[in-house]
Amino acid sequence: MDKMPPWADAVLVPVISLLLAAAISSIVILAIGENPIEALNYMIEGALLSSAGWGQVLYYATNYIFTGLAVAVASHARLFNIGGEGQAQLGGLGIAMLCLFIPFPHWTLAFVFAIVAAGLFGAAWAYIPAVLQAKRDSHIVITTIMFNYIAYALLNYMLVNVLRPEGAMEPASGNFPDNIHLPTFQEMFSYGDTILFRSAPANVSFFLAVIACIGIWVLVWRTRLGYELRAFGQSESAAKYAGINPARITIIAMLISGALAGMMALNTTMGYSERLVLNASEGAGFIGIAVALMGRNHPVGIFFAALLFGFLVQGGTELSFWTSIPTELIVVIQALVILFTGALDNMVRMPLVKLFALGKGDR
Amino acid sequence: MTFMKKLYGAAATLALTAGAAMADPALIYDLGGKFDKSFNEAAYGGAERFVSETGGSYKDFEITSEAQREQALRRFAESGFNPIVTTGFSWASVFEAVAPDYPDTKFVTIDGFVDPAKHPNVLSILFAEHEGSYLVGMMAAQASKTGTVSFVGGMDIPLIRKFACGYAQGAKAVNPDVTVISNMTGTTPAAWNDPVKGSELTKAQKAQGSDVVFAAAGGTGLGVLQTAADEGILSVGVDSNQNYLQPGSVLTSMLKRVDVAVFDSMSAGSDLETGVKALGLAQEGVGYAMDDNNAALVSEDMVAVIEAAKAKIIAGELSVHDYTSDDTCPVLDF
Amino acid sequence: MDSHISTPPALELIGISKSFGPVQANKDISIRVMPGTIHGIIGENGAGKSTLMSILFGFYKADKGDIKINGRHTLIPDSQAAIAAGIGMVFQHFKLVHNFTVLENIILGAEGGMMLSQSLSAARKSLKKLADDYELNVDPDAKIEDLSVGHQQRVEILKALYRKADILILDEPTGVLTPAEADHLFRILDNLRREGKSIILITHKLREIMEATDSCSVMRRGEMVETVKTADSSPAELAELMVGRKVLLEVDKVPAQPGAPILEIENLRHVDEQGVERLKGIDLTIRAGEVLGIAGVAGNGQTQLLEVLGGYAHATGTIRVNGTELDLTGKLSDGQSRRANGIAHVPEDRHHEGLILPFTAWENTAFGYHHDDRYQKGILMSNKAIKQDAQEKIERFDVRPPNPNLAARNFSGGNQQKIVVAREIERNPEVLLIGQPTRGVDIGAIEFIHKQIIELRDKGKAVLLVSVELDEIFALSDRIAVMFDGHITGERLATETNAQELGLLMAGETNTQEAAHG
Repeated sequence: MDKMPPWADAVLVPVISLLLAAAISSIVILAIGENPIEALNYMIEGALLSSAGWGQVLYYATNYIFTGLAVAVASHARLFNIGGEGQAQLGGLGIAMLCLFIPFPHWTLAFVFAIVAAGLFGAAWAYIPAVLQAKRDSHIVITTIMFNYIAYALLNYMLVNVLRPEGAMEPASGNFPDNIHLPTFQEMFSYGDTILFRSAPANVSFFLAVIACIGIWVLVWRTRLGYELRAFGQSESAAKYAGINPARITIIAMLISGALAGMMALNTTMGYSERLVLNASEGAGFIGIAVALMGRNHPVGIFFAALLFGFLVQGGTELSFWTSIPTELIVVIQALVILFTGALDNMVRMPLVKLFALGKGDR
Repeated sequence: MTFMKKLYGAAATLALTAGAAMADPALIYDLGGKFDKSFNEAAYGGAERFVSETGGSYKDFEITSEAQREQALRRFAESGFNPIVTTGFSWASVFEAVAPDYPDTKFVTIDGFVDPAKHPNVLSILFAEHEGSYLVGMMAAQASKTGTVSFVGGMDIPLIRKFACGYAQGAKAVNPDVTVISNMTGTTPAAWNDPVKGSELTKAQKAQGSDVVFAAAGGTGLGVLQTAADEGILSVGVDSNQNYLQPGSVLTSMLKRVDVAVFDSMSAGSDLETGVKALGLAQEGVGYAMDDNNAALVSEDMVAVIEAAKAKIIAGELSVHDYTSDDTCPVLDF
Repeated sequence: MDSHISTPPALELIGISKSFGPVQANKDISIRVMPGTIHGIIGENGAGKSTLMSILFGFYKADKGDIKINGRHTLIPDSQAAIAAGIGMVFQHFKLVHNFTVLENIILGAEGGMMLSQSLSAARKSLKKLADDYELNVDPDAKIEDLSVGHQQRVEILKALYRKADILILDEPTGVLTPAEADHLFRILDNLRREGKSIILITHKLREIMEATDSCSVMRRGEMVETVKTADSSPAELAELMVGRKVLLEVDKVPAQPGAPILEIENLRHVDEQGVERLKGIDLTIRAGEVLGIAGVAGNGQTQLLEVLGGYAHATGTIRVNGTELDLTGKLSDGQSRRANGIAHVPEDRHHEGLILPFTAWENTAFGYHHDDRYQKGILMSNKAIKQDAQEKIERFDVRPPNPNLAARNFSGGNQQKIVVAREIERNPEVLLIGQPTRGVDIGAIEFIHKQIIELRDKGKAVLLVSVELDEIFALSDRIAVMFDGHITGERLATETNAQELGLLMAGETNTQEAAHG
């Protein structure tokens, strides 16, 4: 068959897609009378040329790694989990209940329990759509979307009526105790008078995200469960033949996916805001879909795609700080990247495949 | 661009600290964006008035995620902006973390509350929305022919319940038998910008007999006002004077002078007095709007009743219950 | 034939070459098809037959070569041009819109005119004529999804004829048909030939070539090996041309030495998801060292029998393996526990059941056996152990290319089947279930797979063979049971029956005893 070498598939396609997105973004920026080179400069300086910028990028990337992995695990079993938002919010609820009501002597202990709580709550929220899919054939796309809305409403109810401190206007929980504050990059990496990652939100959760990448890689490609997951995802009829229980795999895949999405809240809720706020997932559940798509459902790809999206968000913030490019157009630029790297992937891939086929033919 | 470049250089090198030469004010909008036809836009209007009346300049920023709150505050503080004004009630805890790091910068939180004893460089501006709502509630009940008035809230949060509760109290004060219907658009931030849902709620409320609808729902309110006009019933606008949006159909608007708060803060510059500022009827921070567009709808008798109540409230003889003081409303169930 | 000398060929391909990257799919192919004849193209899977037809139908552009139609040079850049040139194609996988009626499908893409109703009534008329002329009877108002596969194929042929095709290409047309449907198809083709149409029949079944064609071209590895007059040739010669060496068409085996019963099935019943009873009380016994063949027209419960035995369909009744009763409904009625009970299963459909096509060959080697101890390393799977095992199996079964890292979909049908058979037979199971073992498999691999089945039998194991090819049933089975409508209509020793008797049983006629012995 006509096939590209793996390096071209993994590197060349995304790079060309990015260049195309950049080119069209430049036209958009030119059209409103700004200088695209300067704009790119602001993005790069603000996101990549200072440790504080990196601290922001890595904070966003942590969210996207978790939600990207969540989408990837489910899609290996050919399940489209769009419920990352809701699962992440539920994860946050689990963390908040744990941190507010149980006194921990040290953050490490709190962190370990919070991982479990976030995972359990996220998984529980994914469990119901999973069971509905496995036993009742209700389409998981519909149910997970619906569960996002139920999660919003539930969180709203909990924050307005249960967790909100007396007299507070904002629908948010009280602050978590100071002693379970998670170390930020600033606290971890600053030394002497040199302050690195100044006031950036990146925190120890990032390392958990990296560990999750490795864990998911092992799970999917090195365990029997991962083997069954992928087999089921490729062919349900074959999975049945091999004695793989479809209902069981559907539920397990969604539980893992939900747990990963839930763990995203460790970063936002425990690591950054240190209280539960409304909409703590910040759309990361949806961006996770683009991250997984661009990362080819592979943890390494997801890691780098998450970094890219982190850069886009932080760079976009810098753009709106220092230029008069309206926020809406910055969203347009981010959307262009998603469009080109995710949805229009084949537009770049097909000509490349042909090009490589030609190259081989000439030899 | 040279100005921008200078700014940028300053930010990048972190060379400038607070109180430096460029003491321009800055304004940070809450989630929902600058042009929400409501709260944030009112703040923008105040800032633009500052530019046109004083010839000064300012920088603004629209946050798009929670994580940007702290980032934006620090970025502006480090670049020497002073004062830094924020809109919305979600900033309190962020100020607590950021304000101590920039003691020479003045921060203003409109709708948020930060303890002045702990954070001497923060001004909290709070509005007595319940008082303003009370007055428009009185107006609504007087204008109603059916004896039923209604309320469309945006997202179901305490602040909006505060509006609703004040409104219901005012209506009951005029007509103890009045029926007050209250609906919230939703439970997510999307509820601030859902004119279609606002329109549906208005129709449903009309079907239940309501002929005056008060919308405290951001962009959703535009659908309420439009539908009320289409259906031939009256509506009440919110935050800024919205009487002009559907002339002859908007009974009045509950004014919440965010624009004034922003204008005053910016004009005061680095000499801004910090602490807590409560803007009620007495301070003209809230009120109701009268202009040519609604003159035909409001009789002098109606105004007289309302003005009497207003005077009593200012004098302290009449107290309107604030929902957020104890999370209950004596006349309305949520 | 002399009268044809002055007539130009209906179709002439001259020196067609096409390569995909390093693979030369067609190399300097030349074919002439005379009007009013059926021309067969035969070759193993991957010989380049489909590529050649795709070029003819405008899907691919040839690197070199010319196409002449009725003696004139014709360029075929796309399928529209092919249709305009009078070429009609019936694909292996039909291209029909399932929720449209027959009539709607036929005019689809050739509506002609603004109003649909006009073209519909015009099409109805010409359809009626075509049906009368060629025995192509189909209800024009039936929805495609309600039609049998054989009727769907007729719709495809009608579609081509409606577009005024003079040259009809059929790609493996009998792969999906019952014997009766296939016979009907060949009658239709015969009618078309008599009307002066030219037909190209692509197949790998020697019998069809011998029965239906006037002339025949043999392809091997992208090259045209030889074109012969069918009447002057023989199956053995064609097979040798196809494979490039002498082929044994008969399976070489000694008479069975049946031992104790291994697989015992009593009163087995199965109701499918639509609530239809597909197995209506099956009783069968297979002894050690014996091949039991299940003959029957496809769709009479054979698939369900394999699914129940393989553990992925529930049933009532009793199944015993070496005396141990199997769970037919509970937690232990799955593929895993069946394998633990010594049942190996080569499924009928290797693409949808036997293999995960995007998985590599080595990953497929562990498929269904991925819980085997020898593939584990602690809590992880030992990919190294699986790869090593795959490499050994590939060598022993002569899988080509011998590359365990290649995705299963990149192997030819025969080699895919070898991967499945290797996986199942190499575990030395007590019972081997094997469904359609050589469907879509080339002749060289058929010979090999048949040999493996007989070897397993000779080791004293029980083999249950399901096949719709009577030739295969006769070649392999020691005993033959015939299935019809969920029943076993009869059991015969292979040596004591014939195709005629089995045909009666396959049609549901149980009272053949007198006929056979009388």
